[in-house]
Amino acid sequence: MKWGVVVFPGSNCDSDCIYTIQDVLKQPVETLWHQDKDLRGVDAVVIPGGFSYGDYLRTGAIARFSPIMKAVEAFAKDGGLVLGICNGFQILLESGLLPGAMLRNTGLRFICRFVTLRVERTDTPFTNRFERGQVVRMPIAHNEGRYTVDPATLKRVSNDAVFRYCNEQGELIDAANPNGSTACIAGITNSAGNVMGMMPHPERAAEPALGSSDGRLVFESMLNACAASR
Amino acid sequence: MSILMQAAEPESLIRKVAKSHNISEETYRHIVQVLGRTPSITEIGIYGVMYSEHCSYCSSRPYLKTFPTTGSRVLVKAGEENAGAIDLGDGQAVVFKCESHNHPSAIEPYEGAATGVGGIVRDIFTMGARPIALLNSLRFGPIDKDSRSKFLLNGVVSGIAGYGNCIGVPTVGGEIAFDESYRENPLVNVMCIGLIPKANIAKGAAKGIGNPVLYVGSSTGKDGLGGASFASRELDEASQADRPAVQIGDPFAEKCLIEATLEALATGDVIGIQDMGAAGLTCSTCETASRGNSGIEIDVLKVPRREIGMTPYEVMLSESQERMLLIVKQGTQERVKRLFARWELNAVEIGHVTDTGRMVVREGKKIVADIPVKSLTDDAPVYHRPKARPAYLDKVQKLDLTRIPLPADYAQVLTRLLMTPTIANKAPVYEQYDHMVQTNTVVLPGAADAAVLRLKGTSRWLAATLDGNGRFCYLDPYEGGKYAVAEAARNIVSVGASPLAVTDCLNFANPQDPEIMWQFAECVRGIADACRAFETPVIGGNVSLYNESPSGPVDPTPVIGMVGVIEGGQKPITASFKDAGDIIVLLGETREELGGSAYLADIHGLKAGLAPRVDLDNERALQRVVIEAAKEGSLKSAHDCSDGGLAVALAESCIMDSGRRIGASIENVSCAGAVKMRLDAWLFGESSGRLVATCAPDKLEALKASAERHRLALSVLGKVGGRRLVIGEAIDVPVDALNEAWRTAFGKLI
Repeated sequence: MKWGVVVFPGSNCDSDCIYTIQDVLKQPVETLWHQDKDLRGVDAVVIPGGFSYGDYLRTGAIARFSPIMKAVEAFAKDGGLVLGICNGFQILLESGLLPGAMLRNTGLRFICRFVTLRVERTDTPFTNRFERGQVVRMPIAHNEGRYTVDPATLKRVSNDAVFRYCNEQGELIDAANPNGSTACIAGITNSAGNVMGMMPHPERAAEPALGSSDGRLVFESMLNACAASR
Repeated sequence: MSILMQAAEPESLIRKVAKSHNISEETYRHIVQVLGRTPSITEIGIYGVMYSEHCSYCSSRPYLKTFPTTGSRVLVKAGEENAGAIDLGDGQAVVFKCESHNHPSAIEPYEGAATGVGGIVRDIFTMGARPIALLNSLRFGPIDKDSRSKFLLNGVVSGIAGYGNCIGVPTVGGEIAFDESYRENPLVNVMCIGLIPKANIAKGAAKGIGNPVLYVGSSTGKDGLGGASFASRELDEASQADRPAVQIGDPFAEKCLIEATLEALATGDVIGIQDMGAAGLTCSTCETASRGNSGIEIDVLKVPRREIGMTPYEVMLSESQERMLLIVKQGTQERVKRLFARWELNAVEIGHVTDTGRMVVREGKKIVADIPVKSLTDDAPVYHRPKARPAYLDKVQKLDLTRIPLPADYAQVLTRLLMTPTIANKAPVYEQYDHMVQTNTVVLPGAADAAVLRLKGTSRWLAATLDGNGRFCYLDPYEGGKYAVAEAARNIVSVGASPLAVTDCLNFANPQDPEIMWQFAECVRGIADACRAFETPVIGGNVSLYNESPSGPVDPTPVIGMVGVIEGGQKPITASFKDAGDIIVLLGETREELGGSAYLADIHGLKAGLAPRVDLDNERALQRVVIEAAKEGSLKSAHDCSDGGLAVALAESCIMDSGRRIGASIENVSCAGAVKMRLDAWLFGESSGRLVATCAPDKLEALKASAERHRLALSVLGKVGGRRLVIGEAIDVPVDALNEAWRTAFGKLI
């Protein structure tokens, strides 16, 4: 399986994603520059975290207009696997590939720490290696991670939520919701299920040395899904 | 030789500008003599910033020469380049340096701190190294009593977060302390660490006659005009008017500049490189020419600008951020320019290297400055300023312990200490910093005394810390200087690493005051002695003087950054107690030393007494025992005894890992081998050279034998276990209560 990691000016988790795919999972990776117009035949695209274009205007607002995103949009519409992490999630929201928007965290501060997440669905290409209801640990690191949708849309997309912030017992309580996200949503797919955005960083939790290997399962799930579709 | 400045400005104006740059009459005459004529306004500006304390180290240079700077692993010595470098083995080198941004942060805390981060990061990637970690040491006035101090703290923290998070360099460690003396002059010191294959270390020299000089990065504006001069005088009521001297940062531009610069250096086309930090274009041009023993000629009209109507004086003195100067091989300039264009950054040829030994600045055809390079650098004036032992010392060093009542409730004192801003858990701060990006941070902030990073592709781990203690230095600058290095080394060994080298940031008040100069000289003597004893050379750093305001000087505050290494995949040790039944030992000796302690300051309101004596042989023995035990895998936890003494160290080890809090019982309160002393001194005194460690019961004998071999005092204090911290008859308190106090206090203050 060939992976592609998109690099915008200001991306800063691109190398971490490449390291996870290449050195931890031992899979080939292409670096996709923001001005590239094609995806060079990759089987899955990862849009990494960071501050694309300095987060100027609004997070992800400029990145969505880049040439590479045109190609990613076409790829996604064709059923290709697209994973957006943190700023990547924000870009997917701005480009309309996922529903909703991001607001600043309720505490109005950047938050970097490990959080616990409940796995809501295991029938997606991003979570087939997890157990349903499993409580996993991954770090967040963001200032604008308060996932927001209007009530009507929430009703429609609620079933697409894949990860929700929870406490260690798996309960969805306010104290365990670090940024005030609607319905504790930390990660969500599109209705077709081939595009996922998540604020937590799976690539920062992909090896025991980093305090958790739970994030590795996101990448392994994608590998599984890709192998199955062949 | 030059068609210089026929219609030069009137001398009265030149003298006025000279005065505004704090150029004395004597120095002015020296400049006239060097040039053989009256300087132009651009020239006097150039001399002004280059002769400022900040750039020329004119007061401190003779003392900095006393630091040990050599060692078998030193690849780049202090002062040779933009930062020092240390050999890690296997072709890998670590580059690190610490720098202050105190004055800008006092005026405009967000931008002041943000650009402080930007500046030190540029010093690191200028060397060709990939920046892998940031640390910071911050000092403010009492945030619990003073709203401006709180404003400054929040602004500085947001600035560090805003800049550091964006550029993708993790902020992995540091310290924050509070004292009245920093109320109007906070200290903001930032350290950056970078990694590079040692064969690729870049040089900051302009070599090769005719080679093009490229300006890359952001365009030049009037921001930060004369920042180096601003940093070289005291803050006063009018300082707010100096706000234009504070630079504005653009971390996005910096992130692009990091990537583009590292790509450019990897091509081999770049001969010399220097960032434009303090004194901007002036400093980078004359320093590269000086290192290359060459000359340099540039045209300010070619410099990309963001404001119209800038004079050559303004262009040369601007401290706009995110700019670099590159000297590239003739013929490669177009290739290098294209590389920067890919990152949407300016790259403009503004001049060339010459063999004249002069720095020539043109504005089109007109020459606006023509100065012998060495007169700005190596031959800059050095002042041997008078020193005098401060009069206050005799008074503050007197401490009559009989007048200090023993506490009625030791548990309450411990809880209060855990809630003081300096000691309380700083998660509300470090969680604002991205401390995990680059996925190397294996010991996260708040888990140990030093940060630990893995080095991908090796079995090596890097440990780093940044530490100082202003109160001890105020009470005894020599012992305080030693203490700062000793504490940094204890932090490094406590994770199981061996100390490698040191960078320092020396924060002092006005050096023209003989008492301040004495403090400076004594601190430097202490640091130098400790670094020699520990074989940790000083590979670079920064001096920040004039840290004072109308309400007085800051405490003398040298801050020590230290880097250490763990080899062979040995697992880092953290500070928290692990398993019930583990044996708690105190390594090192407790003396009746309450002078300068947090206990005296925060419980009794006293900043008095003698600072703890630092026995360098004893520190060295402690380091050896801990490193040895760590190698053998016999330590389960290790935590330095510093602020708040033994009782605070024990409490922190119970609660630092919030997921697995565990109690401890300390039966041995007499402290083996020590003289009978006051119980408060034993619990809360801050004697140097001590560390609380735990081991499994079957490892105790080996640990004792090692301590004996190195002649280090070791006392078995008690055992890990239960849900309470019990210390003899004095303290018996639930760990959950200690945790609540320590973990929530700081969040309520900011």
